[in-house]
Amino acid sequence: MGYSPHTPADRDVMLAAIGAGSVDELFDDIPAAVRSTRFEVPPPLAEQEVRAELARLAGRNRIPRISFLGAGVYQHLIPSVVGEVIGRAEFSTSYTPYQPEVSQGTLQSIYEFQSLICELTGMEVASASHYDGATATAEAALMACRLTHRDAIAVSSAVNPMVRRVLATYCSGPGIEIVELAADLGEGGSGLTPVSGAAALLDDRFSCLVVQQPNFFGGIEPMHELAEAAHASGTQLVAVVEPTSLALLEAPGEYGADIVAAEGQPLGIPPSYGGPYVGLMATRMASVRQMPGRLAGATRDVQGRKGYVLTLQAREQHIRREKAASNICTNQALCALAATAYLTAVGPDGLREVADLSVTQARHLASALEAAGIGERRFSAPYFAEVAIRLPDAARRHATLAEQGIVAGFVLAPDYPELPDTLLLATTELTTDADIEALVAALEATP
Amino acid sequence: MSVAERPAAGDTSGRGAAFHSPSTEGATGIVEPLIFEASHAGRRAVRFPAPSNVAREAAARQPALPAGALRVSAPSLPEVSELDLLRHFNRLSHLNHAIDIGFYPLGSCTMKYNPKVNEWAARLPGLADSHPLDPDSLAQGSLELEWLLAELLKEISGFAAISLQPAAGAHGELTGLLMTRAYHRSRGEGEQRTKVLVPDSAHGTNPATATMVGYQSVTIPSNARGGIDLEALRAALGDDTAAVMITNPSTLGIFEDQIDQVIASVRAAGAIAYMDGANLNAILGRFRPGEAGFDVMHFNLHKTFSTPHGGGGPGAGPVGVSPRLAAYLPGPLPLLVNGDPDEVRRNAWANRSTPGALFALEEPTARPESIGRVRAFTGNFGMFVRAYTYIRSNGAEGLREVSDDAVLSANYLRVRLADAYDLPYDRVCKHEVVFSGRSQKRANGVTTLDIAKAILDHGIHPPTIYFPLIVEEALMIEPTETESLETLDAFVEVMHGIARQAAVDPEALKRAPQTTPVGRLDEATAARRPDLRYDLGAEPTPEPVHVEAGA
Repeated sequence: MGYSPHTPADRDVMLAAIGAGSVDELFDDIPAAVRSTRFEVPPPLAEQEVRAELARLAGRNRIPRISFLGAGVYQHLIPSVVGEVIGRAEFSTSYTPYQPEVSQGTLQSIYEFQSLICELTGMEVASASHYDGATATAEAALMACRLTHRDAIAVSSAVNPMVRRVLATYCSGPGIEIVELAADLGEGGSGLTPVSGAAALLDDRFSCLVVQQPNFFGGIEPMHELAEAAHASGTQLVAVVEPTSLALLEAPGEYGADIVAAEGQPLGIPPSYGGPYVGLMATRMASVRQMPGRLAGATRDVQGRKGYVLTLQAREQHIRREKAASNICTNQALCALAATAYLTAVGPDGLREVADLSVTQARHLASALEAAGIGERRFSAPYFAEVAIRLPDAARRHATLAEQGIVAGFVLAPDYPELPDTLLLATTELTTDADIEALVAALEATP
Repeated sequence: MSVAERPAAGDTSGRGAAFHSPSTEGATGIVEPLIFEASHAGRRAVRFPAPSNVAREAAARQPALPAGALRVSAPSLPEVSELDLLRHFNRLSHLNHAIDIGFYPLGSCTMKYNPKVNEWAARLPGLADSHPLDPDSLAQGSLELEWLLAELLKEISGFAAISLQPAAGAHGELTGLLMTRAYHRSRGEGEQRTKVLVPDSAHGTNPATATMVGYQSVTIPSNARGGIDLEALRAALGDDTAAVMITNPSTLGIFEDQIDQVIASVRAAGAIAYMDGANLNAILGRFRPGEAGFDVMHFNLHKTFSTPHGGGGPGAGPVGVSPRLAAYLPGPLPLLVNGDPDEVRRNAWANRSTPGALFALEEPTARPESIGRVRAFTGNFGMFVRAYTYIRSNGAEGLREVSDDAVLSANYLRVRLADAYDLPYDRVCKHEVVFSGRSQKRANGVTTLDIAKAILDHGIHPPTIYFPLIVEEALMIEPTETESLETLDAFVEVMHGIARQAAVDPEALKRAPQTTPVGRLDEATAARRPDLRYDLGAEPTPEPVHVEAGA
């Protein structure tokens, strides 16, 4: 119990110096009327006892032996070296690098992170991190409103529904209107955001069009055309991307994205029941002063030596208070470090292999399900590493398989009533041929 | 460094030179090249298997990725070996100060020891590999842990209900003010209540959050004793007040000794009483904000409950609320849907599972009044694991001791340093104490920044400086409960030594720090000419004329 080093003798020394008779006296300033009447926290545990308790809770989870669940969170290989790096106490037990002379390790690693995200996205500047992909997307939309002085945003219905809910919460603050742009989800539909629909909808009310690539169903969106449709009315394009896909797919900077937001979890961060993850955000230099979040920049010290500092802080709450670009303070620095170590560990070839293998296994999976007559692809458009499959009694069979330790992806109907009996199945480089065979066999055995 | 920045002969990657041992510059400076400068085409750390022929053949029957959507050239990620990678980050780590290295009395940040058993727990595969969208039947352990943590936070804070979802303190503030607005709207007062009152000692996040929610923030002055000016507060309160945000203990480390009257005034005006829980470490077991009448508070699990700060995050900022705000909490909440809560708690406190107990995530439609989600999923779960481990390790007795020793240590520094530095509010403090360097500035021209930089040369992280804004040349010192008396005494010696030096040799302090990897950095140029990324296409920066340290 307890991590205080003070012995009774130490406390006596301190009390004597203060001139107090007891520690209780130091709390005399709490008005009697509002002092605690109870504090029924359970008694302390020794390390072996607390370990037993945490092992009990961990044991109550049943981690599936095979999972095709993605929907925004993906189980990739996390190279052992990534855990080694973020396990360094010099990184994990330091604070925000406000004193740069003793924070060069953190600051340089943030600068490297920003550089890597710029490389991946083809953008000019990236922030030091946000809470997660959903809040990064919401902040990107608010940023677009500030940049364009417009107060409506358009969002494709093929953007992750979880992200759209967070977007709605954030926009409810300043009263920004959200208009949904319906994706082509009808029978025989592509599953993509319609370019014609975007062109018809967008006008000078809209600050941005939010589109996800690959979209929530894994579909490859026509980003060039959507960017063009947005820009025709001076509307910005907010591209929500999946970072490992950028090994193969065009960088958002190439198709004209104005702001990029992403969930960085696939880059070396475990699913951990929803967090901590890391939100990525990138944009053009011209927009940097409206970008929320910390930024590290290179400079020189008094002797001319290269060093790094937090910079452009005039955007931030601790300087600007009510005029800040956002209220964000604490971010997800250690997770950004994990992403930095991950991208460095895999390198360009490794990231391409991850993406290749994920894409190949998604196609293998779809072919296997179709060949066995279990289900069919719901949408016609080419997809990345996630695919929507229609099959009879999807929700019931999904639940049955879960009890066998196989999670057959994500049931779409609760979020998309127009997509009954449809499962969204994800693959990564960790998906094996045997996993796919096991899923096919389990579904065949569960008609 | 000039060697590192020039491409080596034979390097065809175009990305720079081979990795080399860090060069030593100046007296102490160790410069680690950027990872990009260590890249060698074809070198790599991690390999992945190739797809099988079966997979390839099956895949060929599906539509290929459209050519027009493909990337033309690969992203220029670094190409290094695993050992190169590890050495790079290990060397970078050596350039950091950290709690595990030395004293870190950074006011307002609660830089206490981060116990290692918490890290062990967060890495348990049964927790770390739990997917947030796994069916509830597979995630009973994650859900039970979240439910238990919420129960503990309720007991600690005296609030009626908890949402763990916010990812940080400022995110908790956003959540609190969104709930505030939902509450006023439900009473038909949404349009009329547009102002959020914030004391002048508040963190910058408070007014910034008010703006994000579309509120106007109004500053309330402090009184001569450093507390909220009750008369000014009462004068500002009205039927246009949406909420009052109060940090208690305040950023001056002072408990609002009229807090009962403050809360009563806020509630009488029909406004929401928000407590910024950043300083909860001072009052565990002594003051429960929910019981005292606050409507909403965010916790900072990364302060009070010892989850590591990680160089700036991740944190976790759960919110607790009074009954009148419970309907508006962000969801989904983890619920106990089958089983007796008392029995489940009793069993868990004895490290036992309760047969038949069933946990589930709340349905999205369960509370139509909810403000919705403030982030994806239920929150920074890895932080919940650590905080739960910490609370269970400490228990009631340990948590009381946390606050008692944090307050004792801060008051000890208050009296030990009062002869050397000005103490604008000379009264019993809580977890932190705020001094002023104004005398040193006036007498010797030594600023608080100089003092902070001089502290660096003693292997100690400086206090928070120039905050709160209402204290001139502020030095905000928070020792925390985990620092020994010897550490506190050594710090007192350092601070006394600096005060003496300010009187006899102020110029020496202006040259500090001398022993850190780099000296004072040119922040003005960094902001004027932002260099925010390594640019592969850029011309190499000309090397400045090198000046030896001390020259």
